[in-house]
Amino acid sequence: MNQPDLATYSVIAIYSAMTVYAIAFICFALDLARRASLAKGAAIAPAVPLTVSAGSGSTALLDRPDAPASGDLDGPIGRVKRSRTARLGLYFTILGWILHVGGDVLRGVAAGRVPWANMFEFSVTMTAIIIGVFLFVQFWQDLLFLGVYVTGFVTLFLGLATTEYYVAVSPLPPPLQSYWLVIHVFVASLGTGFFGLGAALSVVQLLAARRVAKGLRPIPAIPTPERLETLAYRLIVVGFVFWSFTLIAGAIWADHAWGRYWGWDTKEVWTFIIWVIFAGYIHARATRGWRGSRSATLAIIGFGAVLFNFTIVNIFFHGLHSYSGL
Amino acid sequence: MARSPRPSDPESDATVDAEASDPKRPSDHFDSPAPEPGIVQPRLGIVGYLRFFWRQLTSMRTALLLLLLVAFAAVPGSLVPQTTSDPNGVIQYKASNPEWWVHTLEFLGVFNTYSSVWFSAIYLLLFISLVGCIIPRTMHHAKALRSAPPRTPSRLDKLEGYTSIDAGDVDVDKAIGAARAVLRRSGYRVRVFDGESVSAERGYLRETGNLVFHVALVGILAVVGVGGGFIYTGQKVVIVGQGFANTLSDYDSVSPGRWFNGDDMTPYQLLLTKFTAKYDDQSLSSYGEAIDYTAYVRTREPGRGWENQTIKVNSPLHVGDTDVYLLGNGYAPTLTFRNPKGKVVSTQTVPFLSQDTNLTSTGTIRVANGLPQQVAFTGLFLPTKCAQVAYCGAGLSSIHPDLINPSLSLQVYVGDLGFDKGKPINAFTLDPTGLKQIAGRGSGKPGLTLKPGQTVKLPDGLGSVTFDKHIARYASLDIHHDPTQIWVLTFAILVFLGLITGLFVPRRRMWVKAVKGKDGVKLEYAGLARGEDARLKEAVTDLAQKHSQLLGLNMKP
Repeated sequence: MNQPDLATYSVIAIYSAMTVYAIAFICFALDLARRASLAKGAAIAPAVPLTVSAGSGSTALLDRPDAPASGDLDGPIGRVKRSRTARLGLYFTILGWILHVGGDVLRGVAAGRVPWANMFEFSVTMTAIIIGVFLFVQFWQDLLFLGVYVTGFVTLFLGLATTEYYVAVSPLPPPLQSYWLVIHVFVASLGTGFFGLGAALSVVQLLAARRVAKGLRPIPAIPTPERLETLAYRLIVVGFVFWSFTLIAGAIWADHAWGRYWGWDTKEVWTFIIWVIFAGYIHARATRGWRGSRSATLAIIGFGAVLFNFTIVNIFFHGLHSYSGL
Repeated sequence: MARSPRPSDPESDATVDAEASDPKRPSDHFDSPAPEPGIVQPRLGIVGYLRFFWRQLTSMRTALLLLLLVAFAAVPGSLVPQTTSDPNGVIQYKASNPEWWVHTLEFLGVFNTYSSVWFSAIYLLLFISLVGCIIPRTMHHAKALRSAPPRTPSRLDKLEGYTSIDAGDVDVDKAIGAARAVLRRSGYRVRVFDGESVSAERGYLRETGNLVFHVALVGILAVVGVGGGFIYTGQKVVIVGQGFANTLSDYDSVSPGRWFNGDDMTPYQLLLTKFTAKYDDQSLSSYGEAIDYTAYVRTREPGRGWENQTIKVNSPLHVGDTDVYLLGNGYAPTLTFRNPKGKVVSTQTVPFLSQDTNLTSTGTIRVANGLPQQVAFTGLFLPTKCAQVAYCGAGLSSIHPDLINPSLSLQVYVGDLGFDKGKPINAFTLDPTGLKQIAGRGSGKPGLTLKPGQTVKLPDGLGSVTFDKHIARYASLDIHHDPTQIWVLTFAILVFLGLITGLFVPRRRMWVKAVKGKDGVKLEYAGLARGEDARLKEAVTDLAQKHSQLLGLNMKP
């Protein structure tokens, strides 16, 4: 088999992954609709007391709480069994992910290097990481309610990548011939993946907080706003560490390639802006009056800046990073 | 967030203890005690106001707003080209936008956003706020590191992860001893109170990491601000076969830092012996794209012999106390000029500036002496000119970066070139004012077009020009001397390490208490998070489990 064949199979795998993700998206959407109707139906039923808070004050059993415990999602409904549609969505997502990663690896083999040297490859790898983190997190927390957002976002982004960003396999231009390409860009996509999920949780947090403020019952199996905030924080903090690394690694690489570690190049500026926004997010979480919806808004703005940096800045702004673009 | 309750024991110094070992934070940190409402502030004097402003400046809220302001203020600099990173972009931007708009931007310093007054003001305020926060915090933390954990609260059942076990007739001393040992082993700082409770604290590293992170950020700013004065960067275009000596006068352009002294430069020599460029000829889609550039050089440092070295785009050459970077390359055609009698009056090898990835290049040539008049040329050099207009265009730009079908076209000007008046002369562009165009677009006569090896007559009987067969390559080198690099890197690594420990090491307190009751001894466990701590509950359960196992107790409550 020669190289063009591999690259073609890679594209076929990615198109297949998109199709499977789209099916997963439909499953997750149906599941959400089901949950929403459950919440409506339950509103007529006698209200369950909203004040159960497991853990404090009780003489708790000595079971290990890291096993899937009802206390973790301590909404009044407790843990709702995953519906068949949600499980189907999960299985389709796993299948799609296998195709997706397969396509990404084939692309790398076809190019004979890491598959993140241009916008198309970076999009494919970054979205694979988002799905990967999403699936991996399921072992730790039931976050299937994010399925609609995650599969929807990834399908759209892959669609954008395959139609707008696609470039044939080509050798690396001299400025990219560095092991920093492997490290700097991969960690950047890791950071993007964690920020993306964190922002998704923050969106759900804002919606849930609005429901609470309106006095509506929470949607089954969607955690409380406080719980969502904690989850989002934990993901974003990991993303922030990756992003800090990206910034430092990028500066070291810039010093090797361009002769200065920092030059306020447009891409550097935006990486810095994103770093500062998320630093702001972390500080907001520690500032009285800024926890809750305000810090969640910052997280969403931060991820918006990440997307802006990747799409608009890459394509329309003139800068030293432009060779990695179209 | 729960705070350690006040103990009932009047002799206790627990409140003081607790305050002493807490990290000191701005008063609006969510972990700090809430301000008591309804207190009427006394009237403030000048000192009071100063103190008030200082408090405001060092508060979390101000720091947060300044942070967000930095992010916001950095945006315009990415929308408008910057003088430092993209000087040509600035010139183009100014030319293609209305004057009032350019003036406004100039007035606001947007072309130099990151050294502008307003941007500097914001980040300096941020850093003052930061310093005002970290100095008291560091002093406080230094004390906390030496102090023991606070007294056990009288009631544990309102605290996080509260767990109790009926231990029957277990010996209290033994139980407390075991709790002490378990906690010690898990890295807690331990203190026993009244022989019936253990108070423990761990994670001082969290605050240490936090402080290291912030101090290292200040360090980066300080190094960049102060050390920037010792940096110099120079540019030099070197044609294959030529070289330069590392002195300021030998550079094409140089930007020295404020405190840089040219006498401190190591006077090494560098000679470019060969330059190779490889272009892709395998793949159709990336045909002609660059795969590799290598500059082969010989260098000689004072007191040493010549050494052969290479410079690539991603691997600069360290020589003397500088780093030499390969930032660009192109072609330097050689032209030989003869007067009307056929005598050679000038031979020049002139670097042409590349305009695109296919190395469409432009340059200027001046012949001051020997010809009947002073003559200047502006030239367009195409390493590969399209041979078939129908297939690849009118031949105004190169279609491949290699020398496949080289072509040079020249426009000719005559007039006073200004050499005698000592006017500064730009080697790469020609200012046509005061000159008369005698060949090329707009002059009525066609320009001159040459293939390598060709000779053509100059218009108006001025003589002739020969385009040499051999077309040299040049490398454009950047020479940097930056003694601050290593410090910035050190601080950046500290920032990263501080960040990880400051975010992921949990700071927590743990208590184990043996309460004697009617039915025997009850063992109580509880914890308290200081800052984000996701696994506190598990940690308490873990402790209870380990402890009860050590005492040989059944794990059922």
